[in-house]
Amino acid sequence: MIRLELPHHLRTLAQVSGEVTLEVEQPVTLRRALDVLEARYPVLRGTIRDHDTQQRRAFLRFFVCEQDWSHEPVDEPLPEAVATGKEPLLVIGAIAGG
Amino acid sequence: MSKVRVLVGTKKGAFVLTADGKRENWQVDGPFFAGWEVYHLKGSPVNPDRIYASQTSGWFGQIIQRSDDGGKTWMAPGGGQQKSPQGWPMGESNRFVYDAAAAPLTTHQWYDGTQHPWEFKRVWHLEPSLTDADAVYAGVEDAALFYSKDGAHSWQEFPGLRGHGTGPQWQPGAGGMCLHTIVLDPKDPNRIYIAISAAGAFRTDDGGQTWKPINKGLRSQFIPDHDAEVGHCVHHIAMSPRRPGVLFMQKHWDVMRSDDGGDQWREVSGNLPTDFGFAIDVHAHEPETIYVAPITSDSLHYPMEGKLQIWRSKTGGNEWQAMTDGLPQKDCYVNVLRDAMAVDTLEDCGVYFGTTGGQVYASPDGGDHWKPIVRDLPAVLSVEVQTLS
Repeated sequence: MIRLELPHHLRTLAQVSGEVTLEVEQPVTLRRALDVLEARYPVLRGTIRDHDTQQRRAFLRFFVCEQDWSHEPVDEPLPEAVATGKEPLLVIGAIAGG
Repeated sequence: MSKVRVLVGTKKGAFVLTADGKRENWQVDGPFFAGWEVYHLKGSPVNPDRIYASQTSGWFGQIIQRSDDGGKTWMAPGGGQQKSPQGWPMGESNRFVYDAAAAPLTTHQWYDGTQHPWEFKRVWHLEPSLTDADAVYAGVEDAALFYSKDGAHSWQEFPGLRGHGTGPQWQPGAGGMCLHTIVLDPKDPNRIYIAISAAGAFRTDDGGQTWKPINKGLRSQFIPDHDAEVGHCVHHIAMSPRRPGVLFMQKHWDVMRSDDGGDQWREVSGNLPTDFGFAIDVHAHEPETIYVAPITSDSLHYPMEGKLQIWRSKTGGNEWQAMTDGLPQKDCYVNVLRDAMAVDTLEDCGVYFGTTGGQVYASPDGGDHWKPIVRDLPAVLSVEVQTLS
């Protein structure tokens, strides 16, 4: 079970509050985590990564264990602390636009 | 008694304003989709409780929302759990994919004159079908026309428009290269007019399969060939449903008129103090009565001398009169955007417009007198009106 934290607007869109917990197959990767997230909340498809290219949207970042994971390969296993649910995977809206 | 519902899209959410037929006391509901840009929302003429909304964000992309109870509650069609044949949930409502198989993804002009690939950004305008509440058209940036026939669950492009062949000459306006205007002909379901900034106006006579530019008579100083077939920055087009085929256009500069479905345009700016602007609309019952919101210039996007003015022509153009009673006549530096003017269909036709300062004004008497419905919304992007029995 992993913990994933969405930015405010995506929590509203998915009608969730607080963190989301997801059952993700090991080894836990960014791709697998987002696949499970979008399967459970289809309205989020296209909001974090492009519908078709699956590329991260430009103004979103992924943080794990105080590291910016945005540019890591999406199939790279996430740190153990995230895979075990000790630490959350954070989806962050970039500060842009003033 | 009749009722009026005004649908307002703003930079930070949607609002629904309602009043009875007197249009004096208003209830303001919202914000819906708080914090998101709502470029446009519009109700179905077949089922007024069916409203479609375009919710968009530079961060999170495009969401289509739908209400089936007149704007009280909303859902993202196709956004809920749906089982595909493979067992995975589907969520297709927000997926706008150019039909590259039918019309290869080419390039258009970028701001610096180089070629730039087509990229979907957002939905600017939603136009519900005149005959089917589940059918709706979407005008998008980068410019293309999409269609849903299942209540906005899924979308398909009309590739014949983007693939018209003139795409490399299309270029973005300041707001992007957007298809922002969709006008449906109530007498001929195969005839649709659309407008793109900055490509111009196009028409289909076969239900969207093929398109032709309808820009003869337009002159634009900002393109090398002022009379080019495409490349014009058309800001908005309005048509009275009582008289299809007669079109009125607010171009970047110039107010234009066509009496033959856009085959030929002529300027009707007449005595307007400036013919730059974005919004234009037609009186619900008087097809020769039209409204514009003159803006100082392409460099100064606010009313002349800080005086907010709607100008009305009762002669189909050329002869215009300022309608300012109730509008601020000093220190007003707001804009009225292209989709931010609308009319109701009550006996005394009401006219409505919103401003980038967050005001929504209403005139219950065809423009003679104005009052603000609400003053302090976020910047208004669009205004639509539903007249309910």
